[in-house]
Amino acid sequence: MADTARETSPRETSARETSPRETPARETWITGIGILSCLGEGQEVHWRRLNGPPPLPEMQAYAPYMVHTVAPVEFDKQIPKKGDQRQMEAWQRIGTYAAGLALDSAGAKGKAELLAHMDMIVAAGGGERDESVDSAILSGMPKAANPEAFLNEHLMSDLRPTLFLAQLSNLLAGNISIVHGVTGSSRTFMGEEQSGVDAVRIAHARIQAGQSDIALVGGAHNGERHDLLMLYGFGGHVLKDSFAPVWERAGRGGGMVIASLGAFLVLEAREHALARGAKPLARLSAVLSDRSNRRGDTTKTTLTRMWSTLAPQLSSGHTAVISGASGAEPATSVERAFLAAVSDMPVRATGSYVGHAFEPQFVLNIALATLALGHQKLFSPGDSSGVEREMAGSVEQIVVTSVGHWRGEGMALVDAVR
Amino acid sequence: MLREKDMASSPKGPSVGAPVAVTGIGVVTSLGTGIADNWRKLTAGESGIRRISRFPIDALRTTIAGTVDFVPVEPFCSTTLAERLADLVAEEAITQASIGAKGDFPGPLFLAVAPVEIEWPHREAVAAELRSNDTITYNDLLRAMSSGHFHAFHERCLFGSVAEHLADRFGTKGSPVSLSTACASGATAIQLGVEAIRRGETDVALCIGTDGSVNQEALIRFSLLSALSTSNEVPEKAAKPFSKNRDGFVMAEGAAALVLESLDHAKARGARILGVIEGCGEMADSFHRTRSSPDGKPMIGCIRNALADAGLTPDDIDYVNPHGTGTSENDKMEYLGVSSVLGERSKSVPISSNKSMIGHTLSAAGAVEAVFTLLTLEHQRLPPTINYEIPDPAIPLDVVPNVARDGKVRHALSNSFGFGGQNVSLVLGREPA
Repeated sequence: MADTARETSPRETSARETSPRETPARETWITGIGILSCLGEGQEVHWRRLNGPPPLPEMQAYAPYMVHTVAPVEFDKQIPKKGDQRQMEAWQRIGTYAAGLALDSAGAKGKAELLAHMDMIVAAGGGERDESVDSAILSGMPKAANPEAFLNEHLMSDLRPTLFLAQLSNLLAGNISIVHGVTGSSRTFMGEEQSGVDAVRIAHARIQAGQSDIALVGGAHNGERHDLLMLYGFGGHVLKDSFAPVWERAGRGGGMVIASLGAFLVLEAREHALARGAKPLARLSAVLSDRSNRRGDTTKTTLTRMWSTLAPQLSSGHTAVISGASGAEPATSVERAFLAAVSDMPVRATGSYVGHAFEPQFVLNIALATLALGHQKLFSPGDSSGVEREMAGSVEQIVVTSVGHWRGEGMALVDAVR
Repeated sequence: MLREKDMASSPKGPSVGAPVAVTGIGVVTSLGTGIADNWRKLTAGESGIRRISRFPIDALRTTIAGTVDFVPVEPFCSTTLAERLADLVAEEAITQASIGAKGDFPGPLFLAVAPVEIEWPHREAVAAELRSNDTITYNDLLRAMSSGHFHAFHERCLFGSVAEHLADRFGTKGSPVSLSTACASGATAIQLGVEAIRRGETDVALCIGTDGSVNQEALIRFSLLSALSTSNEVPEKAAKPFSKNRDGFVMAEGAAALVLESLDHAKARGARILGVIEGCGEMADSFHRTRSSPDGKPMIGCIRNALADAGLTPDDIDYVNPHGTGTSENDKMEYLGVSSVLGERSKSVPISSNKSMIGHTLSAAGAVEAVFTLLTLEHQRLPPTINYEIPDPAIPLDVVPNVARDGKVRHALSNSFGFGGQNVSLVLGREPA
């Protein structure tokens, strides 16, 4: 099986590495995928629906804004105890569910010894609100004799004590430890899109360097929240009125369609996977992250630097790009121009299908790249702007990009293991 | 209990497990700004806990905190305070390390920061735009938001904004990592820096923990979980770690920064080495969202992992800087963890809680306490656990009661534990001979 994997060891990969490694980097395989989005749960439905037209988001509930709601699932299948489900808010249920799918896919579910030394990095936001409490307080405060005292009084009496545990960013990881038993280590990164990029980068770097053998990495997001529409709306980054695929939004000023989704990967050192008889779904050959202050041409400079780091490895002639473009401007237009200038590889923006979910988006796109490599075929174009074209022949490697709607740039290279 | 990768026989790079130098430190707590002031007050047994004056205390069960009121933020915003505190400590640490050029720190940033959120003053400002006397719903807020008058709130309320601003200001390299492991966050930031240096990814890292969380909702959240002390009468006496009458932790603000550096790099440039991070350990607890496994196994495993990573045995530990929050649960479980690892020696190894004086600085605590542990190693002086008037017979430890004293410390353990089953332990020591 896996012995036919290419023997070339991936070399230095991080754009910010400053000194040569003393030992050869260990090859990192993706041995598990767990995905849940508006398209459905699991690999098959995602593959099928990415080969169809982009679905329309929910247009009514948050009009004039729209959101990609998560497909209905039976949470009992991955979170058997109702008590656990009750202790979570939506983003945690989505994430714990997707993490369970990834562990299943890696053949790791329920294997206590394996889970006890499995590392975990979760990319998370947090902060779910009790909208009725917020609304009541905001309505009452201006009329109160002492508004600040009114705030104290109502928070003390109206907040659900356990809501805090749905707000803390690290409590998705905490729930995954409790429900699935992953306890080797537990770290939560925050910071919108870039938290997902750095979660994958650091999990990958630790495996390469022998600091970790196997890691669960991913995140989740609940987009069905007025307060998040407000947060991203403050910056003018939310699409209004009518839907369009991401590359077709620039003409009307751009905008994101916020999404609910969860995505997890199991990353594993090749020898560790071989020793337990786990099969590679793909190889994670490189993960890069960087930042620019977005002034002038700095975003392009950062993307160019990352691309040149990957370029020597882009040798198959069967390479495609899966872009994390969100529709936010100017990030999406800058990425579009960069991709057009740097190569003629086929490009897909999955955000047209699943929307934008910030923290888990990069992980989702690595999972979707893995899926395409498994089918040896890129899924069909999802827009009519001319950016996405049919790919002739098979796909052997995929570059996954992330240009954060405000800050943060990342790239990963995922290779087929044949 | 050891994981395979921690064993000497595992296929790991030659640098894994290597001690990492600390060449710069900075700190702000409710005691004051800077290393000198904090250390003087800490070893004098002074408390930084005071009556809350930042907002009205009507209807609150807890009315005290270790606020940092001498760093003004108007109008108050917890995330902005966290950023200012991080600025102060980064400046102090980088100046001491004397590394890089101004605004050009030659390594990455790992930032432990409280989860960022839209705060009440933001919500109130948007609601005020409506000029409404009716019920205000989130749909109304979205309408007011679309005026475009609140553009600055977008950047301020992004989770990544504090780290991005610090990266801009100090010129750290690469993508800045913002992280949370709840009350273990500060220790995790250090652990990530140590790992990056050991991988050979960088020679230097800036690790910061910061927290400016004392606002109404944050205080009330902990209060509703019955985690906070309600000994409001005499604020400076409220934090009572390891005492029989302990009744919760005291929420506090603060920040600390450490410049980490590979030993070779620090020596090559002739930097003064303040101490070393000898080992980091971690083990998550799958028992409960807010409580530790009753058998203490994850905590014990975490401490043992840190010792193994440092290449030390329990007998090598001369001092423990505990998580020591002063909640009934933490102190009981931490005693179980520490005494299980140290055995009989746990009765005689001094263990003193900084939180008795500075309160619980939450996301910053692991970094603040690592800095104080380094000062303990440097000065060979043990800060006390103050307010230790009624010992808990179930916790027979030498807590360095009430008064600082000299002590011989070669290797110290610093524990951090958090909601969500987070356990991180660091082993710190003096510069290797």
